[in-house]
Amino acid sequence: MDTVIGVRPREAESAGVESPPLAVPPEWRARLERRALAPLAGTGWRYYAWIGALLAVIGWAIFAYARQVDEGLIVTGMRDRISWGLYIASFVFFIGISHAGTLLSAILRVTRARWQLSVTRMAEFITVVALMVGALMPFIDMGRPDRILNLFLFGRWQSPLMWDIFAISTYLTGSTIYLYLPLIPDFALARDRLGPTAAPWKRWFLTTAALGWTGSPAQRHLLDRAMTIMMIVIIPVAVSVHTVVSWIFAMTLRVPFNTSIFGAYFVAGAIFSGIAAIVLLMVVLRKLLHLEDYITERQFVFLGYLLAALAGVMVYMNVSEYVTHGYKMEEGVNFHFNQLMVGPFAPLFWSYVAGVVFPALIVLFRRTRTIAGIVTASVVVLVVMWFERYLIVVTGLRVPLMPYEPREYFPSWVELSILVGAFALFALLISLFAKLFPVISVWEVVEHRGPEPRWQGTAEPASRAARPEVTNP
Amino acid sequence: MAKGLGRRSLLRFLGAGVAATSAAGALAGRGAEPVAASTHPAVARGGRLRRWAMVIDLRRCDGCQSVGKPPQCTRACIEGHFAPQPMEWIEVYEGHLPGGGTQFIPTPCQQCQNAPCVNVCPVAATFATPEGVVLIDQQRCIGCRICMEACPYDRRFFNWGQAPQPPEALFMEYDAEHQSPAIKGTVMKCDFCPDMARSGRLPYCAQGCPNNAIYYGDLEEDLATNGEEVVRFARFIATSSAYRLKEDLGTEPRVFYIPGHGEAAGRSPFKRGRLPTQWPWQKRVRQGAVPWTR
Repeated sequence: MDTVIGVRPREAESAGVESPPLAVPPEWRARLERRALAPLAGTGWRYYAWIGALLAVIGWAIFAYARQVDEGLIVTGMRDRISWGLYIASFVFFIGISHAGTLLSAILRVTRARWQLSVTRMAEFITVVALMVGALMPFIDMGRPDRILNLFLFGRWQSPLMWDIFAISTYLTGSTIYLYLPLIPDFALARDRLGPTAAPWKRWFLTTAALGWTGSPAQRHLLDRAMTIMMIVIIPVAVSVHTVVSWIFAMTLRVPFNTSIFGAYFVAGAIFSGIAAIVLLMVVLRKLLHLEDYITERQFVFLGYLLAALAGVMVYMNVSEYVTHGYKMEEGVNFHFNQLMVGPFAPLFWSYVAGVVFPALIVLFRRTRTIAGIVTASVVVLVVMWFERYLIVVTGLRVPLMPYEPREYFPSWVELSILVGAFALFALLISLFAKLFPVISVWEVVEHRGPEPRWQGTAEPASRAARPEVTNP
Repeated sequence: MAKGLGRRSLLRFLGAGVAATSAAGALAGRGAEPVAASTHPAVARGGRLRRWAMVIDLRRCDGCQSVGKPPQCTRACIEGHFAPQPMEWIEVYEGHLPGGGTQFIPTPCQQCQNAPCVNVCPVAATFATPEGVVLIDQQRCIGCRICMEACPYDRRFFNWGQAPQPPEALFMEYDAEHQSPAIKGTVMKCDFCPDMARSGRLPYCAQGCPNNAIYYGDLEEDLATNGEEVVRFARFIATSSAYRLKEDLGTEPRVFYIPGHGEAAGRSPFKRGRLPTQWPWQKRVRQGAVPWTR
């Protein structure tokens, strides 16, 4: 069966300083395959219960949405003077966390990093699923969902919303292809390993999806080429996506949005929350699928470093944003700063500020630079980045344009139900993906890394980790 | 030169790109087709198109304090257009004067000639007519509300629910120039009454103003009237130091303001407040239609 997946360590020169190519012991590889394919092989009642619970939540959200379609957006908390709310904030949030996949599997793959290979698949899941859920939100927000075809019949490319549609559909197509390409050898592996024990539909699915993969040199070459092209193409697409998402705000004549940093600010925030999302998914799947041997503290700590670096970028972005606005205190900025910093939004704003700095502190100290610490930091980042999206939309629109009393906005039960439903849909799609596809890119892990080198408790290069004083038992 | 990018192949490549772009543009350009405003544009003598515009003389506007009623421009507009509660297509804001006291600013849609709302609409439901009037085709609007984010004057209104309109509005034939019957889930706003102007009538707001503060006219023929006197448009706005709201945004509004605080109507700038607008058909709206707040 060795012909199914090549085990020759290719690109030995780029396998990374910290993990020289090792011969892969067959029993290690068999265990990895068993672990990675386990969800495909059998399904327990817990899985069905979990899916059932998610479907129930989604069903409730669909009921709420039906009420909204029936009665109009009057059932939401939005009104003329704050006419976007929870839906658009969630749209920005979900599109943001979709950047996890791009960062981990495209940017890091381009730089020939290898430590992340065991989690790229999960990151690509997040990208595709978050895009699907995120792209749904503006349609839920529409006053006339029945006229959705007008976007194609009468679409104007001058409209920032149209840019979003172009960018997100390109990104979704691209990242679906990019999820699928490295899956082909794994489908073939599953096809061969599960064999006749699998249900007929599953065999049919795996055989079809594997596209007749045999691992021949010609196929390898094609796959390599395709993946290289996609990983390079997907990076500018991802950057453009979150830039144009910010432009639905920045292209309006409203003081808080009137800044050229908005595109970069949104991209940075997207990658920041994307890393947090992948850490969270990693820890959950690692526990549920017993992947402790393949996803080790090393992956968490490295992602923690990235999180801390992005925290630095976020601090910088916020300082640029608030100081350039605040120093001049143009009309409207005074109101905006008051509502954010001392007014009704102060709790959300200051927890956002604290939450941005938090991961950097967690990573700074060795005592907290653990899986638990980094997972905590990621949960905090996800929560505060959601706050941030909410603050951008709601406080930005709340600044009065004319002499009138500012309106208050509270999401209604319909909006909250649909938000919870969106998270449930996210979890559902991830669960289905994890059931249909191997959650670890088996062939890449086997090829490029082999067994995880014994983790020394520090994420520094091997040469420094070898020094006795940094070794942790 | 056998391989590589020669001038010829570069031109061919660019040509293909241009062709593809213009094909896409032609597809997208469908958005520019005429929509529900069915009437032909009005022409002045000499065949030139009318360009409707408005002057609001704030010296005469006292927020209807002297008549002891809610602002009558808003009332007339609501009754003429069946504007659903809480839409005040022309809303009388009370703005603070820099030296203390207040002024009343009746604010219709500013009819921007560089209209942010027209720019951002993804389906060309908001469009400018040849007369320069910005209208909304509520039969095309998808309710995304990006125009409401884009409008810097807070002049756009959404039908959050079933609009509370009287029965007579429901029997009208829809047209973008009067917008009734209101369609749930779409945006509405002041339409500048070009249909009235074409038939020689003033907009409802100008008709309703007891102090004749609102002049309406044609920039092309350079005439405007408040129903009482006729003025030369250009001379009138120049000699009375007219300004436009948020001029610095570059939106090029067609609504001009003459600075004042109702002094011509005898109002003291320190007499605050106006009466709240009321909708006369509150008890006659169809079942299930409830007003909302802004």
